Amino acid sequence: MITLEDVAKEYTHTRVALSHVNLQVKRGEFVFLIGPSGSGKTTLLKLVYMEEKPTHGEVWVNGIQSNSAKRSEISQLRRKLGIVFQEFRLLEDRTAEQNVAFALEVTGAPKNTIPARVARVMNQVGLASKATQLPRQLSGGEQQRVAIARALVNEPYFILADEPTGNLDERATKGVFQLLKDINAGGTSVIMATHDLEMVRSTDFRTVELNHGRIVFDSAEKAPPETRYTPLIGQPAIGGPNEGNWPPPPPQK
Amino acid sequence: MLALREALNASRRAPLLSGLGVLTIGFSLFAFGLFALVAVNIRQALRSVEERVEVRAFVADGTPPEAIAAAMSDIGSFPEVAHVDFVSQEGALARARKDLGEFSDVFEEATLPASIDIHLRPDLRGPDNVKSVAERVKSYQFVDDVRYGEEWVEKLYRLRGIAQAAGLGLGLAFAAVAIIVIAATIRVSVLAREKEISIMRLVGATDGFVRAPFLIDGFIKGVIGGLLALLLTWIAYRLIDTRLLRLVFFDSRLIFAGILAGALIGVAGSATSVWRHLRRI
Repeated sequence: MITLEDVAKEYTHTRVALSHVNLQVKRGEFVFLIGPSGSGKTTLLKLVYMEEKPTHGEVWVNGIQSNSAKRSEISQLRRKLGIVFQEFRLLEDRTAEQNVAFALEVTGAPKNTIPARVARVMNQVGLASKATQLPRQLSGGEQQRVAIARALVNEPYFILADEPTGNLDERATKGVFQLLKDINAGGTSVIMATHDLEMVRSTDFRTVELNHGRIVFDSAEKAPPETRYTPLIGQPAIGGPNEGNWPPPPPQK
Repeated sequence: MLALREALNASRRAPLLSGLGVLTIGFSLFAFGLFALVAVNIRQALRSVEERVEVRAFVADGTPPEAIAAAMSDIGSFPEVAHVDFVSQEGALARARKDLGEFSDVFEEATLPASIDIHLRPDLRGPDNVKSVAERVKSYQFVDDVRYGEEWVEKLYRLRGIAQAAGLGLGLAFAAVAIIVIAATIRVSVLAREKEISIMRLVGATDGFVRAPFLIDGFIKGVIGGLLALLLTWIAYRLIDTRLLRLVFFDSRLIFAGILAGALIGVAGSATSVWRHLRRI
């Protein structure tokens, strides 16, 4: 369970990344985080995997409270959170399977169990045949699958994906999204920050929209938290603070 | 063992950076080693001069040998005294001729007094001890005069004090420079692996796990750098010793201490750099 209670994150007095954020994500949920660039999606995810601490309020993840968590507790927590980034963050000098195995090695997993566990997730992400290739020998979609395999190998409760399809073409995007849906169907919660509204609209997963650091829409709530703002999902945005510039227009062909 | 493997892999993946790291540690410690070589030799030179510190008690003519023997036994039991020699009149003449070779004919007919030469223990040759022994020896009735070069002993000890203070100050300065240069070198290697560290942290590695390969890396580089510095210092020693002036090299205890210092600086530099880096992520 992930709980954010009246959370604010300020980097300076003039730069407020999040304010008055209340959010609860249960085990097994798939949650989209949407909103324009700078709306606070990445900051919210950073608060969940405790790379940042809130300036105000409390963040609870699996019973660990971020303001009082020790560094060792954060390490233990991250073993049960699979984190995926837009830019993959793979080690370039290691093969796909070595990148995945690395996540097990650093957590002190028994050495003899590592090859089988790595093979299983490489198979799950559909990259068993490319396990011995270096990241530069793989396509963007394949690299992201390796990153997802690395996130999966410790059997996490949650996958936190920060715009995982942001660097991928349409086909690779569909593949990665399908993979995340399959992972979620297996019982793992997924929180996915994305700009891809088409992808969001194609499912009925819970959607949380951020704008200027506030949650302006949560499909799990009966009514939008701010009545003045009309969310992106559902009705077209009228009178919203970013009306006219969000979502961005499709690229000219 | 994983930490050792990671440390070795890091060196293998960035051989140039690792090589430069070892060279920097080696040359920094070499500068310190040269200073230490000078310090050791100055100390050695002062020690050999200090060994000549002695109290000479001139014995009156006609003193019975039994009285001299009793006094020597008595003086030999003083806590400051290492050993006592009796130099007869003939012995004193022979020594004077030997010491002043070209003026030896001056002593042809001369008669020099017999003396009791008192050598002090190495750690008890300070001006106060010398003076105290001299005064006690003077109390023997058959002792005509006692000489110990009061002014000379005081100057020698003042010089030793200055050398020690300067040595300590310069040594600390050289060590500080070596540590700063080495820490900066290690910091570069930590920054070169920044991405790897951040990935380690993201997948749940503890600080100890992240730190271990760097500490091993720092230890290995420190030991190799220490050995390199030792080799360079030895070459410098040989060049000076064979061409300019006789020197002494470090004893085995100092060699071990030097390599250990290299290893410790490597480990401490790594620990500090990684700690600073981890604090930020």
